[in-house]
Amino acid sequence: MKVIFKTSYDNDIDLHEDWWARGKLIALVAVMAVLPFVVGEYYLAEATNTLIWSLAGMGLMLLVGHTGQASLGHAAFMAIGAYTDAALMNIGVPWMVAFPLAALAAGLFGALVAIPAVRMSGIYLAIATLALFVIVEEMIIIMEPITGGVGGIFAPSITIAGVDFDRYTSLNNFYWLCLGVVVLVTWLYANLLRSPTGRSFLAVRDSEVSARALGINVTRTRSLAFGLSCAMTGLAGALMGHYISFFNYELFSVFISINLLLVVTIGGLGFIQGAFFGAILITAVPQLISILRDGLNSTTGIDLGSVPGLDTLIFSCILIGFIIYEPAGLYGRWLKMRAWVQLFPLARRDMFRRQKTYIKTERMR
Amino acid sequence: MTLLQVEDLAVHFGGVKAVDGVSFNVEAGEVFSIIGPNGAGKSTIFNLISRFYKPTRGTIRFDGQDITAMQAHQIGQLGIARTFQNIELFDHSTVLDNLLMGRHTHRSTNWVQDMMYLPKVRRSERGHRRQVEEVIEFLELEAYRDKLIAGLPYGVRKVVEIGRALAMGPKMILLDEPASGLSVEESQEVAFWVEDMRRDMGLTVLMVEHDMSLVNQVSDRVLAVANGEALAMGTPAEVQANPQVKAAYLGTEVD
Repeated sequence: MKVIFKTSYDNDIDLHEDWWARGKLIALVAVMAVLPFVVGEYYLAEATNTLIWSLAGMGLMLLVGHTGQASLGHAAFMAIGAYTDAALMNIGVPWMVAFPLAALAAGLFGALVAIPAVRMSGIYLAIATLALFVIVEEMIIIMEPITGGVGGIFAPSITIAGVDFDRYTSLNNFYWLCLGVVVLVTWLYANLLRSPTGRSFLAVRDSEVSARALGINVTRTRSLAFGLSCAMTGLAGALMGHYISFFNYELFSVFISINLLLVVTIGGLGFIQGAFFGAILITAVPQLISILRDGLNSTTGIDLGSVPGLDTLIFSCILIGFIIYEPAGLYGRWLKMRAWVQLFPLARRDMFRRQKTYIKTERMR
Repeated sequence: MTLLQVEDLAVHFGGVKAVDGVSFNVEAGEVFSIIGPNGAGKSTIFNLISRFYKPTRGTIRFDGQDITAMQAHQIGQLGIARTFQNIELFDHSTVLDNLLMGRHTHRSTNWVQDMMYLPKVRRSERGHRRQVEEVIEFLELEAYRDKLIAGLPYGVRKVVEIGRALAMGPKMILLDEPASGLSVEESQEVAFWVEDMRRDMGLTVLMVEHDMSLVNQVSDRVLAVANGEALAMGTPAEVQANPQVKAAYLGTEVD
């Protein structure tokens, strides 16, 4: 087992404990960067989708995993991001301006809504955000001149300094763009967690009473977390808009909100990595199901293509399984497997028993 | 110099008079204990000073400033730290992070700077870390530095909570039953720490405690309360000799 010998406070402050850990992450980003040369167009589009889901997942992770507030309305913030971005670009604003503005719009809206909403917690907050989602959905339909109403809106292709980033004509570029955004947001997010702001989020999550005793303004902290979370989700929404190209309000259905909750719960609440694990699962499982379905059809002749809700059924089973057997999610499972390998053959069966605790988000208060 | 001045403090929950007209002064650099039977209103007094409860009547002044109308989160900024009777730590964080959270009132960066992790943030983090390291050394928590709270034994958690309050660099520390549930050796350690807090750190200590040997050992003055009212105040020996206090603890004789 590896032991880190710390010689300065900076060892604890740095994002990575040593160059080995840092190197692994750099290698991962490098592999992701050369992906367009390795895989075909179909899988590259899927990888782009996964990146966008990870981004949205990180947004919700900040809220659910790190601040302990539930939200069933995050599809609304994705929609705000997507519509702001597309509407601004349609009136000629360049993407470089429209994209940050989309985050700002979603973030500000989120923070504003949060001021009354954060006084609620648990199931009540979840219902309030669900109501908010319905309101936003109706607003999109009503604001037809801007949003295209029921008909939908077209997200123009992205051009930066003459280089084309269109999702169809130059998918490679669009993929790299998404990768760049995800890497940047991940870096900002990781910084946040090792700073006083991130610690105040965790404090509010784990014990509101002592957070207040330590001088943390709970309402302000929760609103900030809400705003930042919505801004990240808004970015993902904007990219999703470009990915789909032509969309209406139906793209951001309540199932997107639920899928996002699945991403953070199955991925592992309280870990940035969890958002990525969850996003991979949520985008890969439907593909896997359709591959298996096709395989089943061609070998045995059983056609499950006509069975409605099969995907949802399988997802639900996965979610229930995780909540019962692995509350720490995929990333938690990964950590345990890693510890097992590192300690081999000294790992004991009950080593992690104490850690099977639920973080407060999931409890009703 | 009087640091904390509590005057005619009262809080009523409906018809229940949890605290009813309690007055006392705490001098700077003093160890002041509040004793009393269960339900006497000791923790309620703490919660009133922390502004978790809004007093029905009365004023609380700290360092010459009226804090009766302040928000709970502003109290910490004034230099009042506290611990809780039922440990309120951040269970999913390490001991180190818990102590660092205690440094919140001293933060000098905002969230934008934090997200970019500007050199300024790193500098201030090093500063916080140095302060926290001193607390770790004082309370001998070195072995637990990177351990998650969720896996720590009760006694250690109790100490971490005192550490988190000390990390705030307060002027006054409120200890709500620091020795409850601790072994004799552990509560003896608490007694030494309280002495050191006063002597070496110049802290004023306000303590609620049931363990009379600890109270006798460290307190300069003791306030006995029962049914929300002050019974007696003075040195530990004086208060324990007071017939009213005896009656509150043991009951009166029936003729």
